[in-house]
Amino acid sequence: MTDQAYNFAYLDEQTKRMIRRALLKALAVPGYQVPFASREMPMPYGWGTGGVQVTAACLTPDDRLKVIDQGADDTTNAVSIRRFFQRTAGVETTEHTAEATVIQTRHRIPEQPLSEGQILVYQVPIPEPLRFLEPRETETRKMHELEEYGLMHVKLYEDIARHGEIATAYAYPVKVEGRYVMDPSPIPKFDNPKLAGNPAIQLFGAGREARIYALPPYSDVVSLDFEDHPFTASKADHACDLCGSATSYLDEVITDDRGTRMFVCSDTDFCASRQAQGHRGRLSPQGDNKP
Amino acid sequence: MYVAVKGGERAIDAAHAWLAEERRGDPAIPELTVPQIREQMALAVNRVMAEGSLYDPDLAALAIKQARGDLIEAVFLIRAYRTTLPRFGASRPVDTAAMAVDRRISATFKDLPGGQVLGPTFDYTHRLLDFALAAGGELPSAPQAPARDEPVPHVTGLLDRDGLIEEQPRDDTPAPDLTRQPLELPATRALRLQALARADEGFTLSLAYSTQRGYGRTHAFVGELRIGRVAVEVELPELGLAVEIGEIELTECDTVNQFKGSKSEPPQFTRGYGLVMGQSERKAISMSLVDRALRWQELGEDFAGAPAQDEEFVLSHCDNIQSTGFLEHIKLPHYVDFQAELELVRRMRREAAQMQEAAE
Repeated sequence: MTDQAYNFAYLDEQTKRMIRRALLKALAVPGYQVPFASREMPMPYGWGTGGVQVTAACLTPDDRLKVIDQGADDTTNAVSIRRFFQRTAGVETTEHTAEATVIQTRHRIPEQPLSEGQILVYQVPIPEPLRFLEPRETETRKMHELEEYGLMHVKLYEDIARHGEIATAYAYPVKVEGRYVMDPSPIPKFDNPKLAGNPAIQLFGAGREARIYALPPYSDVVSLDFEDHPFTASKADHACDLCGSATSYLDEVITDDRGTRMFVCSDTDFCASRQAQGHRGRLSPQGDNKP
Repeated sequence: MYVAVKGGERAIDAAHAWLAEERRGDPAIPELTVPQIREQMALAVNRVMAEGSLYDPDLAALAIKQARGDLIEAVFLIRAYRTTLPRFGASRPVDTAAMAVDRRISATFKDLPGGQVLGPTFDYTHRLLDFALAAGGELPSAPQAPARDEPVPHVTGLLDRDGLIEEQPRDDTPAPDLTRQPLELPATRALRLQALARADEGFTLSLAYSTQRGYGRTHAFVGELRIGRVAVEVELPELGLAVEIGEIELTECDTVNQFKGSKSEPPQFTRGYGLVMGQSERKAISMSLVDRALRWQELGEDFAGAPAQDEEFVLSHCDNIQSTGFLEHIKLPHYVDFQAELELVRRMRREAAQMQEAAE
């Protein structure tokens, strides 16, 4: 049931139109951060207000929405945002990646490859990849204008000089279509390869910072690296203890006070689907094992 | 044994039900009403209206009740409500010179047209806990005097007549709307003032205080501080006239700042300005000091590197709803990022240990 006091998907049509204009501009200039008149939402800044505004502007009554946080459908903030749209838009929701037409995510890209017609909406805390190198927006905008990314390369080089590798494990910067350096939001760098050539539309919303950017389907997205230090997508060197997947991104769970750990898929839908198909991991309840 | 955590939904519902109970407190104690908060917690209501950018004492009082007295949470409730309201027009600029003042003081002139009106103020009270208030009971009524039937012109206007203060030419450019357009820098003074008017009181106070202590000093005098009600008028294009739709209470502060002149400007007094909804003099004075500090460029002063002079720093961090949201979001799950960091730190430690061994 929707809340009659508010417009479909909460935002008024004028606001949605404003956001859609920003989205179209963002899709036309992939990786470029489009300023938009971000609204105050009924959840706090930093909790996905950018993603929520983008989702609200994209939703139609026929959509099927999936919301994940850390890859999981049942984390509290994912529950809260899903409920928000159930209440204000009355759209169908799902936990299955393949069934969703719009997926709002925080910090992960689903394991199952997306397809054409799907929209992936990212919640973005700090949209500016250069922010921690240069705190001033007036400066970083100029740097993007002039394609002046030397500072970023120096930072990555200093990482290698100091640590022997690029010491960025998440929110790993990418270059889009050979032009803009873009922050992929704080996804683990394991997910970076999925940004490139993705058949789905990828939209990024940063509410507090009032920026929208986008990757149209099949965009060219390259994680920054050096020839002699190529980018590698890394994850915990284990298989999922529940579904046995050796290729999915894993959460580490501490199971007692003696340091015992287990590793489970961060993508709950992926893990549950595999288990339903009969895949078993090291700690699955006993039964037929089909790793 | 770990089982995938389900039950987030139930936990949220239960937590909110508990919160509602906590808000009510001991049911044996009578419940606060919204009118009680509106009337007896008026300064809290004013702060919520000012920082929420919505003039509605009843809604602000409701927000305070709902927020259990957490004023930033109350401001948030008001902002989230405000954003859903249609914007159907703008009033004419309010005329603060025509304000029906409850309080009007000048620190620069002993007496002046319109007089010094102390009004309801904490100033000169001794901050001794009044235990009689705890006991309740009737209040002796305050003495009354007839209203002074004379205009109350602005002090800065009096200085202006002698050419002693910088001119402020009338500017009819429509003010930008921070709530409808993204903040782009550099900002105009109008936009800065708009941001400061809804800025966090504590943040604005600290910045203003820092200028007094030398971080971007502006030598401010309170030329005038006035609190009172002004009429809000709206043009009706169909009728070709403006009608009064109500009154709002405002606090206005004009600072007069010593200025020795610069490369571009002669020696004269300069201005800082603060205007806040409701009665909120700490905020209005703070705002005018910060406004003046931010004007260094326009007045040809040097940038001393002080936070209060730094427009981008001030405007990006003055909004408490943005600050509190982003600050508090770090309690949301970050398992995925933390896992990525764990892997990285473990790998780097392994490599460091190997290098150490190789060296030995």
